[in-house]
Amino acid sequence: MVKENLLYSKDHEWVLREGNAVTVGITDYAQHELGDVVFVDLPAVGKGLKKGDPAANIESVKAVSDVYSPVTGKVSDVNAKLGDHPELVNQDPFGDGWIFKLSVDQVSELDELMDLKKYEEYLKGIAGE
Amino acid sequence: MKKTKINEAHHALKGKMVEFCGWELPVQYSGLNTEHMAVRTTGGIFDVSHMGEVWFRGREALRAIQHIISNDASKLLPGKIQYAGLLTETGCFVDDLLVYMIKENEYLLVVNAANLEKDFLWMKKHTARFDVLVENRSEEYSQIAVQGPMAEKLVQEFTEIDLKPLGYYHFAQGRVQDMDAIVSRTGYTGEDGFEIYFRSDAAAASRLFLDLADRGEKYDALPAGLGARDTLRLEAKMALYGNDIDDTHSVLEADLGWILKLNKGEPFLGQEALARQKEEGIRRKLVGFELVDKGIARHGYPITVAGKPFGAVTSGTFAPFLKKPIGLAYLPLEHAALGCEFQVSIREKTALARVVETPFYKRKK
Repeated sequence: MVKENLLYSKDHEWVLREGNAVTVGITDYAQHELGDVVFVDLPAVGKGLKKGDPAANIESVKAVSDVYSPVTGKVSDVNAKLGDHPELVNQDPFGDGWIFKLSVDQVSELDELMDLKKYEEYLKGIAGE
Repeated sequence: MKKTKINEAHHALKGKMVEFCGWELPVQYSGLNTEHMAVRTTGGIFDVSHMGEVWFRGREALRAIQHIISNDASKLLPGKIQYAGLLTETGCFVDDLLVYMIKENEYLLVVNAANLEKDFLWMKKHTARFDVLVENRSEEYSQIAVQGPMAEKLVQEFTEIDLKPLGYYHFAQGRVQDMDAIVSRTGYTGEDGFEIYFRSDAAAASRLFLDLADRGEKYDALPAGLGARDTLRLEAKMALYGNDIDDTHSVLEADLGWILKLNKGEPFLGQEALARQKEEGIRRKLVGFELVDKGIARHGYPITVAGKPFGAVTSGTFAPFLKKPIGLAYLPLEHAALGCEFQVSIREKTALARVVETPFYKRKK
């Protein structure tokens, strides 16, 4: 499952752009690879993040993995619902399972992300490895 | 990468394959949590063919085994099984293993895949002076574990052996789906269950696994992978070699005094060191803990006790049945009592942990 109108990173984050703000989550592929999510360590609101900085940690039973900031900006909101319901990341990765929002420093950085078509090709490349 | 004879079945069942100790094995099929819960409530079917099978045969087989293990194998009768440590001279673990007494002068020792070669060399070296033939027959044997409350009903459909009277840590030999097999009431999950050892070609081994999975549907039993095997054994506080026990921690420190029989009437490796340690007292002990703070303390995460660094978490996970983060660690004895608190570094943060009673999970009989 993938979604249109989103941008994607090579680390399997999705990015929804709304003006100068973005919402970030992980893709269905990523949640599937992680398995059952049991804890999400969220960033502090107001924290400045550079592109590629670890922004959040997702703990599944199997392993822990970082969610990287796909662009440079400041954390403007986090999904507090994940505190009690980390499983939302598995159940609705593109919706209620969103992780954090950023106010973006340079909107042009978003151009470096993939659109749906490119991300689908990227996934095919991974599957073929 | 080596493949077990059940490999084809894993692919047919869409197992997610990973490398484990040089073997290609499934880490999960339908999902770690689902498989874990299935074992606790219905049943799970595991391929554990990577485990090592070493046979001891000969006039002095028992003496040879007594010389290298911590437990007292003279207490065994044919059809009985014992858990024991294979010990270094310092009383630490070369490995942990199961000893099956097949009959007088014949024993089967089941060891960890990761240690098989090391164990076999160790066994040969330290039993050379006894009249015993030590054979590594791991390549010949496949092993399937069926675990969970429905395990008896499911396995019974495949064997002529009457499973009901078979006690815990006992085994019987008989036919399982037209193959000669050893069926033991043992496991690594904290549930009732069986481990089935048999010799066959790949087709027959895969067929048995697939048939168990297929027939298991009736009982809501599922094929289960290495991921669930690890979380299940940790909830039941069963030690994992390389994590919780190794060649730097003694049997006493590992809190496994019940498998140490210092006065078994035969000298054995590690005996002197352990007798001395027992007299002097241990200084650290393996304990179970829960995280008080949020997070998961995993294997290798550093520990601080009373302001000082003290080793690392040996095993840690989010316990899928108990639904909380649990783990094991060695703590200084004076800080190892129930309720004692210490810190675990989880990446850049510090989380509070508390010593709790173990096993974390105990099945209702």
